[in-house]
Amino acid sequence: MDIRIENLSKRYGMQKAVDGISFEVKTGEIVGFLGPNGAGKSTTMKMITGYLGIGEGDIFIGNRSVRQEGDELKKHIGYLPENNPLYTDMPVIDYLSFCADLQGLPHEKKSGRIKEMIQVTGLQAEKHKKIGELSKGYRQRVGLAQAMIHDPEILILDEPTTGLDPNQIVEIRKLIKELGRQKTVILSTHILPEVEATCDRILIINKGKIVANGTAESLRNQSSGNTVMRALIEGADAGTVKNALLQLPGILQVLPVDGHPGRLEVTAAPGHALGRALFNCCVQNGWVLAEAVPVETRLEDIFRNLTLN
Amino acid sequence: MQAVWVIAKREVNSFFDSLVAYILLVLFLGFSGFFTWLFGADIFLSGQANLQAFFSTAYWSLFFFIPAITMRLLAEENKTGTIELLLTKAVTDRQVVVGKFLSACILVGIALIFTLPYAFTVASIGPLDWGATLCGYLSLMLMSASYISIGLYASSLTSNQVVAFLISLFAGLCFHVLFDALAANFTGFAGMLFSTLSMSEHFDSLSRGVIDTRDLIYFFSIVAAGLLLAEFSLTKRNLE
Repeated sequence: MDIRIENLSKRYGMQKAVDGISFEVKTGEIVGFLGPNGAGKSTTMKMITGYLGIGEGDIFIGNRSVRQEGDELKKHIGYLPENNPLYTDMPVIDYLSFCADLQGLPHEKKSGRIKEMIQVTGLQAEKHKKIGELSKGYRQRVGLAQAMIHDPEILILDEPTTGLDPNQIVEIRKLIKELGRQKTVILSTHILPEVEATCDRILIINKGKIVANGTAESLRNQSSGNTVMRALIEGADAGTVKNALLQLPGILQVLPVDGHPGRLEVTAAPGHALGRALFNCCVQNGWVLAEAVPVETRLEDIFRNLTLN
Repeated sequence: MQAVWVIAKREVNSFFDSLVAYILLVLFLGFSGFFTWLFGADIFLSGQANLQAFFSTAYWSLFFFIPAITMRLLAEENKTGTIELLLTKAVTDRQVVVGKFLSACILVGIALIFTLPYAFTVASIGPLDWGATLCGYLSLMLMSASYISIGLYASSLTSNQVVAFLISLFAGLCFHVLFDALAANFTGFAGMLFSTLSMSEHFDSLSRGVIDTRDLIYFFSIVAAGLLLAEFSLTKRNLE
């Protein structure tokens, strides 16, 4: 089931939390929703799930309007809210049964799905414990289990790996990736490597507007077309090497790397083969190119560029 | 309807898991039993085989206990954020409100069922008017439903249970005492209006065994108003 968002806006009093955003998420796609706190991520997710009314525009789930058929569409959505609210007085198994009943899961399928979810999320040993007795990581698993209990076609996960230990994070990412093959998944997070590890596409939202939409690779290309390499050149002092490199066509800047004497960070304009240029320069001058490592623009830098200016 | 029942069942279980139900049942039965059988204008003083003494006691004890039952119904969900979880399931705001309302009615119903031995005891020592007795129970149930719907609305307004309790108690006090007192001090239209709004006016009439459509309309109107306001309170999150 595809999700299509058209000119979606939402206002809280005078403040516009979401400002005319449009995007589409196809079945089998995992989209990472990024943005600083208060950017409008959770508000957008709440509108998709039908918890918050739509201000302007509309959301279409499988070509059906959330504005008109919101209640009916809820059964196709699994939602893990931010901060993962749970009924702490209920045992895990009873809670999952309650969620399955609310989602209208047929009685004959219910116990099978509960068992499956307990197994998938690794809650076997905790299933009879009250949720209030569980650690944060296990509670997060319960939150994921309730979101998936009715095998929804759409999963909306607001910070799904918060509070999990590194092993659990890897497991949950793997699970999301597996689920993402058949389902439409939107997940929000502040952990940027997680987006790269899990998502097919990244949406960055800032002040209610979409400021970037694409794969991690395409965002890198869009944010800075320059090529950057770290090089260690032996056979001459750093000053001579720097001057020689700056004479090459397309080289924009050459900076020493702090704490690494002899190492230089070389930036070339788009379209220039920097590695080849460095190699040829060294050959011509009789220097040794001992090291040449391409430096990728980090997602953090892209995020900061897009959300701070 | 299934969703309403699922929500009501969870709430009833939650009442019993958190001891709220046991404490309220013990207090209600102890309080009403004491004043019905042992103290003051008890059942033996009336000289008739009826349960008026119990109905008068329960009229007051339920008035105080119901806000304690309803205060957490939505306020706790608002506080913990589980309301978001609940309302993103395949349920409507109305189903949530009705489910919570039903759960509190079931708890009061259980409390009243435990007092049925009073009726059988009185029937064994005198000719009990079963029609009037059933009407008495009906009036208690309808009064309770009215205060539950008011309490549910109060609970939907806040995330603080104490605030919900106080709002509910104050609103209940208007129907329970204030309108009656005002009715006695006003004449003409105002007097009639306050008298119509007074709970005791309708409760007394029904608990004596007189089924009047006006009384039924009164109770059902309060229930409907309370539930609709609670539903509106949930729905208003959608308003910009």
